[in-house]
Amino acid sequence: MKKYIDTGKKDTRSGFGAGLEELGKKNENVVALCADLTGSLKMDAFKNNHPERFFQVGIAEANMIGMAAGMTIGGKIPFTGTFANFSTGRVYDQIRQSVAYSGKNVKICASHAGLTLGEDGATHQILEDLGLMKMLPGMTVINTCDYNQTKAATLAIAEHDGPVYLRFGRPKVANFTPEDQNFEIGKAVQLTEGNDVTIIATGHLVWEALQAAETLAKEGITAEVINIHTIKPLDADAILASVRKTGCVVTAEEHNYLGGLGESVARVLSTEHPSPQEFIATKDTFGESGTPEQLMEKYGLNAKSIVAASKKVIQRK
Amino acid sequence: MANTTQLEDFVTQVRRDILRQVHKVNSGHPGGSLGCAEFFTALYQEIMDYSTDFKMDGKNEDLFFLSNGHISPVYYSVLARSGFFPVDELNTFRLIDSRLQGHPTTHENLPGVRIASGSLGQGMSVAIGAAQTKKLNKDKHLVYSLHGDGELQEGQNWEAIMYAAGNQVDNLIATVDLNGQQIDGSTDRVLPLGNLKDKFEAFGWEVLEVKNGNNITEVIQGLQDAKEKTGQGKPVCILLHTVMGNGVDFMMHTHEWHGKAPNDEQLEKALAQNPETLGDY
Repeated sequence: MKKYIDTGKKDTRSGFGAGLEELGKKNENVVALCADLTGSLKMDAFKNNHPERFFQVGIAEANMIGMAAGMTIGGKIPFTGTFANFSTGRVYDQIRQSVAYSGKNVKICASHAGLTLGEDGATHQILEDLGLMKMLPGMTVINTCDYNQTKAATLAIAEHDGPVYLRFGRPKVANFTPEDQNFEIGKAVQLTEGNDVTIIATGHLVWEALQAAETLAKEGITAEVINIHTIKPLDADAILASVRKTGCVVTAEEHNYLGGLGESVARVLSTEHPSPQEFIATKDTFGESGTPEQLMEKYGLNAKSIVAASKKVIQRK
Repeated sequence: MANTTQLEDFVTQVRRDILRQVHKVNSGHPGGSLGCAEFFTALYQEIMDYSTDFKMDGKNEDLFFLSNGHISPVYYSVLARSGFFPVDELNTFRLIDSRLQGHPTTHENLPGVRIASGSLGQGMSVAIGAAQTKKLNKDKHLVYSLHGDGELQEGQNWEAIMYAAGNQVDNLIATVDLNGQQIDGSTDRVLPLGNLKDKFEAFGWEVLEVKNGNNITEVIQGLQDAKEKTGQGKPVCILLHTVMGNGVDFMMHTHEWHGKAPNDEQLEKALAQNPETLGDY
């Protein structure tokens, strides 16, 4: 089985900050808006190096989204930055009407997604954002797995014409994808080859899936791990090709199982190739305070849970 | 420059267009549309510098954003009669497969429209964003927007009002249609807006009032005065006092015609008060 090396834990939000700063130098049409979370979103470098293109809007997310929509008129490419909760649920109607329905080239960049925000607790730990965003017609939805991939995705979405939701997080997580990767929106990345089970993961659960695959390998079970960084448009071909071979699938995401990646995969499989599926996701619940590790353990979002789900789904074949 | 009689004829024809659009499909919002016929006529016939060869990016021309999208009948009539699309297309208002959706949208590529609106309270933010982009592009043209008075009950407006003053967005002229009515009754009864002049001024805006927003000469003067105030560090607000349903006696001074279409008999009466000037579509 192909091995992946963690080159040192890094936060995905810093990957966003690095990508944004690089965009600042490369593309003069890129502008950034932030709702009083510049440090948390790692937007300082962009702000300091391109102050004329940085817009501090204060704690006013609805105005930020509307302004971003307006700024596209005249050719700017706005990147908005705040926590995932305030990037989606708080401003759903603004995104729906002024961005998605109006077809505006706005990049909604959301940090601190999911439980691993940690100690702040459930008010800030949105587990519904992927569902909210994927339901909007024309919206591209991306959830990156590590620092390098988040940076690459940040650069890539500037080249894509249309609204994008880019989701990343707060904690330091394994950094294992190539520094020089070419990020292709909508294209799944197959990380390992296997015959017994397909594990489709998104976000930092991709690393957990790789750890699970190593554990399973020791027991003679080969798992095909697929990194789905783009939830929408979903790479149905990659999913079907793998599940046709393995005959079953585990999906893994830091999100409610209602409305997330798992349901998108289930839709593809149920219409094209019905197969047993297990869901690693939160089960219609809010989060709570705790360390990221404690929360992932309690809510079953780690390698151990993926191993158990894989064994279960293989039994159901 | 058109003379006053020509502009008044334009306004009368716009009123006919509004009434005929909503009557045909027995739906739509005639009251606020009628009240703003002079404002739209002034903007598109006298004030704004724009091209009817429509380009979404709107570089080097003045821009207008309609925030209270439900008054689409007046918007469509004035856009069509200003040359953005064929006047005959007003026949398709609110019909299936039409570019003239119930509320304006960019989705159907209707020339003249740069943002969807209808869900209230979002237009000022959009206008501010477009104004900021104009500054980045060193484009000296202005951004205009229109908002309902009841619409100011939406909190997003006040985020935007605070932002525009705090960041010297002085290439924006936001007009509030002060007709004092909303769906459930008068704004004073539903949720009082208080003294809007004081409120905008307290936020740091330059505020002008147009006492009779249904007098074309006064509206043009008000907009010209507002233009004079741009570029001086403050966003500019026009409080435009209008009468909902203006120009049709039985529709005036009431919220009853906010979102109701006239029947055949009512249409006939209303059109009789507004004789054809530029030719019906």
